[in-house]
Amino acid sequence: MSVGIIDYGMGNLKSIYKAMEYLGYRVKIIETPDALLNVDRIILPGVGAFPRAMENLAAGGFINEMKLAIDQGKPFLGICLGMQLLFEKGYEDREVAGLGILQGEVKRLDTKLKIPHMGWNRLCMRGRTHPLFARISSAPYMYFVHSFALSQLTDDVIGYTVYGKELGVAVARNNVFGVQFHPEKSGEEGLRILRNFGEMV
Amino acid sequence: MTKRIIPCLDVKAGRVVKGVNFADLVDAGDPKEIARAYNLMGADELIFLDIMATLEMRDTICQVVEEVANQVFIPLTVGGGIRSVDDLRKILRAGADKTAINSAAVNNPELITAGAKIFGSQCIVVAIDGQRRRDNTGWNVYTHGGTRNTGLDLLTWASEVERRGAGEILLTSIDADGTGTGFDLEMTRAVSEIVQIPVIASGGAGSVKDFLNVFTLGGADAALAASLFHFGQLSVAQVKTGLKKSGIPVRIMDEGPNGKVKVR
Repeated sequence: MSVGIIDYGMGNLKSIYKAMEYLGYRVKIIETPDALLNVDRIILPGVGAFPRAMENLAAGGFINEMKLAIDQGKPFLGICLGMQLLFEKGYEDREVAGLGILQGEVKRLDTKLKIPHMGWNRLCMRGRTHPLFARISSAPYMYFVHSFALSQLTDDVIGYTVYGKELGVAVARNNVFGVQFHPEKSGEEGLRILRNFGEMV
Repeated sequence: MTKRIIPCLDVKAGRVVKGVNFADLVDAGDPKEIARAYNLMGADELIFLDIMATLEMRDTICQVVEEVANQVFIPLTVGGGIRSVDDLRKILRAGADKTAINSAAVNNPELITAGAKIFGSQCIVVAIDGQRRRDNTGWNVYTHGGTRNTGLDLLTWASEVERRGAGEILLTSIDADGTGTGFDLEMTRAVSEIVQIPVIASGGAGSVKDFLNVFTLGGADAALAASLFHFGQLSVAQVKTGLKKSGIPVRIMDEGPNGKVKVR
């Protein structure tokens, strides 16, 4: 099973690369859109600002090929900023269109608590436990670092955390998944989520 | 949000020094083995301090981080002798999630600003060593391993590093360090109250009660200990269990209905 990690100039890919390798997958760094054809799974990581990320994806020619791969049914996982990009719009610095693969908007955390939301917080299941969360504890701690988040608990939300209010921090629709936390930095339970993604059919 | 417990490892020439003395380690100086053991015990992050921190040694600490990051999947922070944006870049590229800067931040505060701008605030931890002034009017900032009094007021400096974009403050009390009689609660509280960013308290941990106090009375977001954990006087798990009993939220892994999770 091969896993492609999209490199579009948004942050360090090392941790997610090492985590997937540790789990026994053949990992490829995807630097050009056509390389997406040669992998079985796609991960869109990312740290940084939403507008720049969308510009980079567009400039790299990734957007159409990513959507094509998703239409073909390849499991696709967005992590952190990579999850945020899946939605229709972002409001970091300015209003910018996202990939629009999932419904929703990404807004700055609206809380009196510290921003960024940084550290270990619970991932609570919404509805029936999704296969992405198979064989982990019922409300495991995950490692978060973010200042923006999905603004509403949409139908696709399969997991939430509580930071001032309930935040949708895991989404799934068919073969598309997104997590706001960093499974690659969340110890054994985070690795389990990555393995579940790798085993998704 | 949980309170974090962070073991700190002193690294010299690729080896953990001062020794680590808990069960089942084949090699008590091997950073990988120690990191793995702490991960299994429930450490929330690990901090590596490069205590040689000469230019030649820079590559060695990067190699250590790289090896640890290959098999331990929790946040890693590296500090010691960082002087430039280039140092920050090398360490982050090696697989560290955060960098801790101390003396260089005081000598060149612009490094905090530049680091936060280029890599993001979440990567920039400013380490501050504070000591109480003799006249008892507050605390001064010390650098160079606590040997040099900068004359800077601790609270003034803490505010400045926050304003410049630091993501966290690692606050060490020179007065409490090595005593094992508890964190410097007054100093920790003073800094926690003046900044919005998380404060990691360091220096003086000797008992579960000390950790409890630094969270409840000191207002810390995280607490660091070194020899206490290394010599097995207390384990990370014991500290966390104790804190949980006292109502402090901590990450304890095996509390779900499915029991302890094992990957591989």
